[in-house]
Amino acid sequence: MAGISIEGVRKSFGGAAILHDISLDLAQGEFLSLVGPSGCGKTTLLRIIAGLEQADAGRVSIGGQDVTRLRPADRDVAMVFQNYALYPHLTVAQNMAVPLAMRRLSVLGRLPLLRHLSPGQAAARRGIMDDVRQAADMLAIGHLLDRRPGQLSGGQRQRVALGRAVVRHPAAFLMDEPLSNLDAELRARTRKEIVQLHRRAGVTTVYVTHDQVEAMTMSDRVALMQAGRILQIGKPRTMYDDPASLAVAQFLGSPRINTLPGTVDEGRVVVEGLRLPVHPAAADGTGVTVGLRPETLRLTPAGPLFAAVEHLESLGADSLLHTRCGATPLVARVPAAAADGLRPGEAVRFEADWPAALLFTAEGARLAHARAMAHV
Amino acid sequence: MNTAPTRSLLADAPRLAVLSLAALVVLAPYLFMLSASVKPGGEIFQASLNLWPRHFYGWENYHKALTAVPLLRFLLNGAIVCAIVLFFQLLFAVPCAYALAKLRWPGRGLVFALVLLGLLIPAHVPALPLYVAFAKLGLLDSFTALTAPFAISVFAIFMFRQAFKALPDELIQAARLDGMGELAIVWRVILPNAWPTATAFATFSVVAHWNDLFWPLIVIQRQSMATPALGVLFFRSQEGGNDIGALMAASVITTLPMVAAFLLAQRRFIQGVATAGLKG
Repeated sequence: MAGISIEGVRKSFGGAAILHDISLDLAQGEFLSLVGPSGCGKTTLLRIIAGLEQADAGRVSIGGQDVTRLRPADRDVAMVFQNYALYPHLTVAQNMAVPLAMRRLSVLGRLPLLRHLSPGQAAARRGIMDDVRQAADMLAIGHLLDRRPGQLSGGQRQRVALGRAVVRHPAAFLMDEPLSNLDAELRARTRKEIVQLHRRAGVTTVYVTHDQVEAMTMSDRVALMQAGRILQIGKPRTMYDDPASLAVAQFLGSPRINTLPGTVDEGRVVVEGLRLPVHPAAADGTGVTVGLRPETLRLTPAGPLFAAVEHLESLGADSLLHTRCGATPLVARVPAAAADGLRPGEAVRFEADWPAALLFTAEGARLAHARAMAHV
Repeated sequence: MNTAPTRSLLADAPRLAVLSLAALVVLAPYLFMLSASVKPGGEIFQASLNLWPRHFYGWENYHKALTAVPLLRFLLNGAIVCAIVLFFQLLFAVPCAYALAKLRWPGRGLVFALVLLGLLIPAHVPALPLYVAFAKLGLLDSFTALTAPFAISVFAIFMFRQAFKALPDELIQAARLDGMGELAIVWRVILPNAWPTATAFATFSVVAHWNDLFWPLIVIQRQSMATPALGVLFFRSQEGGNDIGALMAASVITTLPMVAAFLLAQRRFIQGVATAGLKG
């Protein structure tokens, strides 16, 4: 078990830069998600940690040891692939035994017939099968050990892939979108299981995903990547409440944060001709963007935000109210009862949790509130 | 529901008829060979067409075929040659195809172009220079001369390369993380997942070298080194080519192992395709 440290990693493929100077530190036992839109370089970064790609520049260390020049096998990391990458011709037990056999058995001991000739191999083989069985029981796949991957469902294959990773107690787990091929219900369940597995084994984990829900729910920390750069690293809650930039605020949260472009006038923001009670730390006349999370909006007859209803999505307890404030779309998450009976085209007014509003410059950098308002 | 199978059989009838006719045309020479192998010489050239002889002469024909020349020795030679050729073809072609399909290295495109170029050269073109070389080395009339020119098959490289290309890269990466070296990946991960291709290629290779007459005719003089096809030729020249019945019996004996092997390989072939399950 060990932490992972990445310093100044760069990578480009055929002239196109994929990673620009990435640095990242993981404490031992930490669960870090690399999250970002597809093509942001998160999978490339994971593959560089695994040793499947060579970085053009920079260093990767695992447990304090520089592994930049080591082969994947010598880095003591286990990887779970998006398509599982199980060996189709081997049974579940054999699949899980491979990483152990490659480490514990001699070359002779791995051959089908000659293994009987080499001493000490039988005991090693028994030890391997014990470990495989133990890992299989932990993942509740003990009854599948004699099957082949082709006979398993997607969720079962996923567990076998996890089993192959945990069985050898590696220094770190690397997971590349392991849940993206599962259906929604199974994904939610496996998400929980991976978290429990991580808690029990305490192994440093780098988890790549494009799904912000996975990143938010599973991780100790989230690193949000875009276009080959890390925009922000932090605890999921902090990233959500206190994003460093508009891009981070927009990526995290579903539905997306509402962004209202406006200008500063007499210390307040004017959006679509409406004077809002927010006071950015910016000079009059500068353009700013006000970010309002959908759940911070409330329907009230006296609110300062005027909008017209476009359509309504019911989520059960809550409803998503899609409206338009002038030309700016505005989505509110309101209790179902509050939105009952609203028709498209109807005029509504919103109040917002103004101190929680996020302010950004026109370029998307974070801007403070001018008055020291309590930050929730 | 009950009539559905009948109707589909009826609907299939024209197709089945065409296929059966085609099969009959292809099988006819073989059937005549079988028929002639149990007929006495006089009956074979009769104007009337009978598949079954009036006088059963099978015992005599087969006895003569097996005793006039060492036919079983020819079969053994054929088996040895096919085994050596196939062994070396796989030994060289599989790693080479892996390197061409899955590894990135400078010159890969050029090497693959050379492989394709090799496919265009007929085996007969280098026959003379090879013969001269074996003669100079004093290796004529040996298994080396029979097998060495075929040890590297560009066809095998091409075929395996196409099959390996279809395997997911993640499989190889998982194997690397699991601690396998490149050679272990080739033999323990890649080849077992390309069994249908390996079976198909083995069938091609064994049939081609079992039936090959051209190359053994060039490098083999001694009767005891003859392969099955060449053996039948030896048999004919020994008999003056007039005992057609016995000649046909010898032909049946030399083709029988191939027919049996092909039927077996066909079953495995279908099994291989059905259980491949490479997805995920």
